Amino acid sequence: MVAAVRGCGGVWRRVWQCGAGGSASLGQCAAASSARGAVAPAGKSGLAPWVPVVGLEIHAQISSNSKLFSGSQVQFAAPPNSVVSFFDASLPGTLPAGYQITQQRVPIAVNGTLSYSLCTDHKMSQMVTKTVRIKQIQLEQDSGKSLHDDSRSQTLVDLNRAGVGLMEVVMEPDMCCGKEAAAAVRELQLILQTLGSSHAVMAEGQLRVDANVSVHHPGEPYGVRTEVKNINSLRFLAKAVDYEIQRQIEELENGGTILNETRAFDSKLGCTVPMRDKEGKQDYRFMPEPNLPPLILYDTKSLPANINHQQVVNIDRIHERLPDLPSVKRAKLVEQYGILPEHSFTLLNEDGLTEFFESVVKRTQMKPKKVIGWILNDLLSYLNQHSLTVKESPVNSSMLADLLNLLEKKEISSTAAKQVLGELWKGEGKTPLEIVKEKKLELIQDQEALEQICQAVIDGQKNEVMAIKAGNHKVLNKLIGLVQRKTQGRSNPVLVKQLLEKKLLD
Amino acid sequence: MLRASLREVSAALKEGHVTPTELCQRCLALIKSTKFVNAYITVVEETALKQAEESEKRYRTGQPLGVLDGIPIAVKDNFSTAGIETTCASEMLKGYIPPYSATVVQKLLDQGAVLLGKTNLDEFAMGSGSTDGVFGPVRNPWSYSRQYKEKSVPKSHPEDEDSNWVIAGGSSGGSAAAVSSFTCFAALGSDTGGSTRNPAAHCGVVGLKPTYGLISRHGLIPLVNSMDVPGILTRCVDDAAVVLGSLAGHDPKDSTTIQDNFKPFELPNLIDVSKLSIGIPKEYHAPGLSSEILALWSKAADLFKNAGANVIEVSLPHTHYSIVCYHVLCTAEVASNMARFDGLEYGHRSDMNKSTESMYAATRREGFNDVVRGRILSGNYFLLKQNYENYFVKAQKVRRLIANDFMKVFRSGVDILLTPTTLSDAVPYIEFIKEDNRTRSAQDDILTQAANMAGLPAISVPTALSERGLPIGLQFIGRSFQENQLLTVARWFEKQVKFPMIELEEVKRHDHGVFQHQKSASFS
Repeated sequence: MVAAVRGCGGVWRRVWQCGAGGSASLGQCAAASSARGAVAPAGKSGLAPWVPVVGLEIHAQISSNSKLFSGSQVQFAAPPNSVVSFFDASLPGTLPAGYQITQQRVPIAVNGTLSYSLCTDHKMSQMVTKTVRIKQIQLEQDSGKSLHDDSRSQTLVDLNRAGVGLMEVVMEPDMCCGKEAAAAVRELQLILQTLGSSHAVMAEGQLRVDANVSVHHPGEPYGVRTEVKNINSLRFLAKAVDYEIQRQIEELENGGTILNETRAFDSKLGCTVPMRDKEGKQDYRFMPEPNLPPLILYDTKSLPANINHQQVVNIDRIHERLPDLPSVKRAKLVEQYGILPEHSFTLLNEDGLTEFFESVVKRTQMKPKKVIGWILNDLLSYLNQHSLTVKESPVNSSMLADLLNLLEKKEISSTAAKQVLGELWKGEGKTPLEIVKEKKLELIQDQEALEQICQAVIDGQKNEVMAIKAGNHKVLNKLIGLVQRKTQGRSNPVLVKQLLEKKLLD
Repeated sequence: MLRASLREVSAALKEGHVTPTELCQRCLALIKSTKFVNAYITVVEETALKQAEESEKRYRTGQPLGVLDGIPIAVKDNFSTAGIETTCASEMLKGYIPPYSATVVQKLLDQGAVLLGKTNLDEFAMGSGSTDGVFGPVRNPWSYSRQYKEKSVPKSHPEDEDSNWVIAGGSSGGSAAAVSSFTCFAALGSDTGGSTRNPAAHCGVVGLKPTYGLISRHGLIPLVNSMDVPGILTRCVDDAAVVLGSLAGHDPKDSTTIQDNFKPFELPNLIDVSKLSIGIPKEYHAPGLSSEILALWSKAADLFKNAGANVIEVSLPHTHYSIVCYHVLCTAEVASNMARFDGLEYGHRSDMNKSTESMYAATRREGFNDVVRGRILSGNYFLLKQNYENYFVKAQKVRRLIANDFMKVFRSGVDILLTPTTLSDAVPYIEFIKEDNRTRSAQDDILTQAANMAGLPAISVPTALSERGLPIGLQFIGRSFQENQLLTVARWFEKQVKFPMIELEEVKRHDHGVFQHQKSASFS
């Protein structure tokens, strides 16, 4: 992500709507109709196809020990109103409190871009890279949470969240479907997590995504847009955007109009519904906040001489200490381990998977290109099947490395290795070697014994032997298979092939 | 003794001529017998006596905390005080007991001062008469002085006395009246557009508005964040310097306080004003300025001239626009500052339970008076997208021009500006309420609010009595953070004018009683 940083000339306050921040109140909505794809169909009217336009506003909670202007802790799922200081409750006389503070007119960064990639087919082998422009990033305070109980006309307020630092990332409408929106947000999420500036867990509300959606015909001005809120996962983001695109197209095709409104995504019904209390345009009545003097950001060039370096922000210094961003990490993985680019995406997408992979590579003689197969095909699919994170995996990286080493040293066959892995998932604390011993899975190292088994197979398969001798070498594979079966997979197929060839073809 | 200055009484405490407890008791008794002044909203007798007792222990062991130890003080009821109800004279905060003290209050307590109570004001400090609070108007103690009675109350109609009482000025009228009626030795006010200097002038006490950023505003319930400053009300300039020294300095809880160390200062006894340049801003000869104040102002200028100072007429050309811009900026900040009062976290909550929104609305309608609601509505109007450029931005620009006017004058070599504080002496309450709050504030703040727009230090010094026997104050405006120079000049002036002491029956009775009680003591 590239963003021009400016000295920020001051902060702005806006009058709170009374009480805490906005919330959704969901009414009934018609169930979603036909299956919906991301690609917009041609208009019924025979006009050019509809072009969907998607922009995003993302609020990421800043990961910090304390709130933006108060010493209260930031803690997810703390008991309601348990991390609220006098300041957070905006007691009379506390400064600057009682209104929301935001960087309305002088955001901390402007004119950035974010590159993200997504696959264009289902097999995850065709990746395309796209770019979305970032209009600005601004810092602001989070609001409290309010829960409306319409039936009893009650509102419950939790101020734990009030005053937590947020960064609002405004993405230009450069996307065209749910998949793109989800991929862009995923990349941003990875960047924030890499930097450590936000935990960015959507389910915990640390990353909140609002989507602005409109459709229009090519060559015509953008259509009226709606804002879709209440999206709490990437999957729902893609669904919500695609639903909204489709809804708008159908509405327009049926001669209707699109209202400039805020809609909420109902994840149970899979559709968007108008939001009750955000109708009409809000005028937040911004004004500059006089209680906070400007925070000036310097770079090495603009840094004044004889100033205490501890007390100023030098963005060049911060830049030097930044960790590798995901795109750089991926390129390094591809280069260092010779893996495919799409594999590097998968590695980074799963929290902790890259570290797992690198740790295995370090402990094994197996080539990284082969290791990645075990990581992606075996480990990851097992974790996905059981909805586990990498951290929760019953098999850790050293166990997998031990197993792959046994395979690499030809002490077990790959069939046996899969069998061992199957045992390891049970998480009984046995090492791969113990399992191999226990289940007698090691390859038969005794060549004489193996030769005898081969001979027995030859003796029992007269027809096949004749075919091979007649020049049909393919039949040899059947014999190899039979040896494998007889040894219960404990024979090295390469060795078996050599032995059989020697006996039949020499 | 009650009529002594803070420094004098502090010396008496040190010498043992009086104990903190005796002093506290006497003040409390006087508060009771002058209750009709309505200076106090809350009197905290018990905690005050406890604080006095603590102070007494320190004196006994020879370890007083300093000049303020054992000194009875009062605080305007828009400063947060831990454990003591803080109302802003509003229905909205009736019964609200804050869990923390404003930095300035804490500083006074930490230095041993004895807090007697919280003083009356206009609701949320919005006003210039101390007449618009939910606890009723403050009565100017001078209404009951021998000086006023002799000149203004017709002897034949003593029944008129009750309708002749004059306003205390505002919005810190309670604090000014408390100091003026000798119930405390110093009081905190707040000054956003003149709220400390105006009542100081009307009540015949010294009112200091320090430079913006010198004293913490943490815990001062805000009116206009960019102009508010805690104000100091005392009997004399020396005392103001003492209190200033105990309050000034950086506060991490108020980012607008300056980081530089503030050095408390004592004012010299011998003051030479001959090298000073005193500016007389011609724009302060404002329409409505009473002829006797004009005469007094020019007499004051002559005093300086005769002492060898360079007295020159100067121009602050944008002064005329100041009050209008002040109104726009003030209401804009009020709009957001008042947003927090929604009945959820503290203070008044309406019984209305139809919906949450209707509860908010009813709470605010019931909790705020017309003045506060009016300012909230105008402020929100000025901040609307379509009005922002035309009102708020324009007012900000003019504010810059006003600040530049002062800068130019000071840069040209002028040290101190001398102006009137008010257009006239205090008017009777029944006259005052004939105009609405908005009109009154516009008239009464006209000579004071420009200093707030520019953030400059200013002080009102009681100068003389009017023909009606009421106090008149003149104002000195200094350079930013040059309080030392400002107060030095003010002290010199104070010495020259020898402002008469208020003669109140109640006080005489009390001080008399005290002296009888204290017959054996040598202090008199």
